[in-house]
Amino acid sequence: MKFNQIYIKRLIFILSLWPLLSISIIIFQDRLGANPVEFIERHFGKWTLIFLCLTLSMTPLRRITNVSQWILYRRMLGLFVFFYASIHLLCYIGLDYHFAWIDIKNDIIKHRYVIVGFLAWVLLLPLAITSSDKMIRKLKMKWKLLHRLIYVIAILGVLHFIWLVKKDITEPLIYAAIVSILFILRLDIIRRKKL
Amino acid sequence: MVKIKKISSLEITPEHVYNDRRNFLKNLGLILSSTALSTFTNKSYAALSALPSFIQSKEHKIEKLSSLEDITSYNNYYEFGTSKSDPHEHADLLKVDPWSISIEGSVAKPLTLDIDELVKLIPIEERIYRLRCVEGWSMVIPWVGIPLNSLLKKVSPTGNAKYVEFVSLKRPSEMIGQKDDMLDWPYKEGLRLDEAMHPLTILAVGLYGKVLPKQNGAPIRLVVPWKYGFKSIKAITKIRLVEKMPITTWMKANPKEYGFYANVNPEVDHPRWTQATERRVGESLLAPRLKTQMFNGYQKEVAHLYQGMDLNRYF
Repeated sequence: MKFNQIYIKRLIFILSLWPLLSISIIIFQDRLGANPVEFIERHFGKWTLIFLCLTLSMTPLRRITNVSQWILYRRMLGLFVFFYASIHLLCYIGLDYHFAWIDIKNDIIKHRYVIVGFLAWVLLLPLAITSSDKMIRKLKMKWKLLHRLIYVIAILGVLHFIWLVKKDITEPLIYAAIVSILFILRLDIIRRKKL
Repeated sequence: MVKIKKISSLEITPEHVYNDRRNFLKNLGLILSSTALSTFTNKSYAALSALPSFIQSKEHKIEKLSSLEDITSYNNYYEFGTSKSDPHEHADLLKVDPWSISIEGSVAKPLTLDIDELVKLIPIEERIYRLRCVEGWSMVIPWVGIPLNSLLKKVSPTGNAKYVEFVSLKRPSEMIGQKDDMLDWPYKEGLRLDEAMHPLTILAVGLYGKVLPKQNGAPIRLVVPWKYGFKSIKAITKIRLVEKMPITTWMKANPKEYGFYANVNPEVDHPRWTQATERRVGESLLAPRLKTQMFNGYQKEVAHLYQGMDLNRYF
């Protein structure tokens, strides 16, 4: 990696900590509102989706800008997806349900938005575990195949949001639209490869 | 005491109110003497500027009340937008003065009156109730209002009256959430007559000893403490006694998720949210969820209304 690329990567890392910093400021200023647990859960849920979209946009950006450097940040952004998804899940298990495992189990099996959300996190696990250079070398083509799971995860993540909302699905649909665009941009890449 | 606002200029009286006035006079004639009538002739329907004195609830110390700030800043009131903070932000646009509420349909003595007259007709009292939202959060709220049954008795429901339908306001210029067809406006709700006549069912006109804030349903809203919050329709303009079960707004929007009864029931789960437990609004970040109680804890008072009914079916 070149000198400036290392600095850009460090900068992206620091910027990626913004969701942690911003929630700390909100907690410190006591601005969590009437339902603080819900506020924190939603905060990390939203940032998980944002990082998911950022991760998915690195490949199309490389195509569009013809700059390969974007791909250097993809893994780090992907790990932030896992990081924020895990905090989101921990908030649900710990803050919201106080580790009441039976209630949690019932909530997961009875409600479809919880099922897909939980499933998305489970699928992120193998991706996070196999994210090292060593694993990439070891798994070779299988790695590529495995990491296509991110598309399934993106669909599940958006579905998790759509199914949570009672009536006004404007915000989840914005994420659905962004993810769709990022998918469509890939169709183009696949076609070119085949030619 | 109550101050009646006098608005003499016809220009500022909305047309429907002006027209309603004729009905109002007709109806009022039934219950008021002609001398009282002459003093009302020039007035428009006035909203409540202050609450008359009322009997305080004895239940102040039973459960910790939710703070006024939480009660007035975390609301589901789609007429003003779908986010919880929208009603606090936008409800101020709504003009609740003048306001009239009519009680009509299968009744012997239909009635149209304003809130000032209503609280003169029936003494107001404080009621401290738990409010459980279908989304899994709850509050404890000190309402001030009148028992609905006192009002219904005044209009003498006929034998055809089996259900009560409540209709809210449709005024997109002031209720900016109505600019979207998010729900079928105006919001409608309904109760079975025996539910409406139950002594726990009230029409609230106040909160924390003061006039009801707009984001909480001013000038008048329903409160049915053993049912999920969406049953407690806000900004009521019409109460209709009817023979057939009314189709409520949420039943129309999503019949699989919202039934007519909507009784709080930890055993009957909602497809979206768990109903077994709830989060009490305003508690600290580290507070645990509470177990949701059958009929929101009013089982002793209301369970008999549903004897023999399959509550899984009639959710």
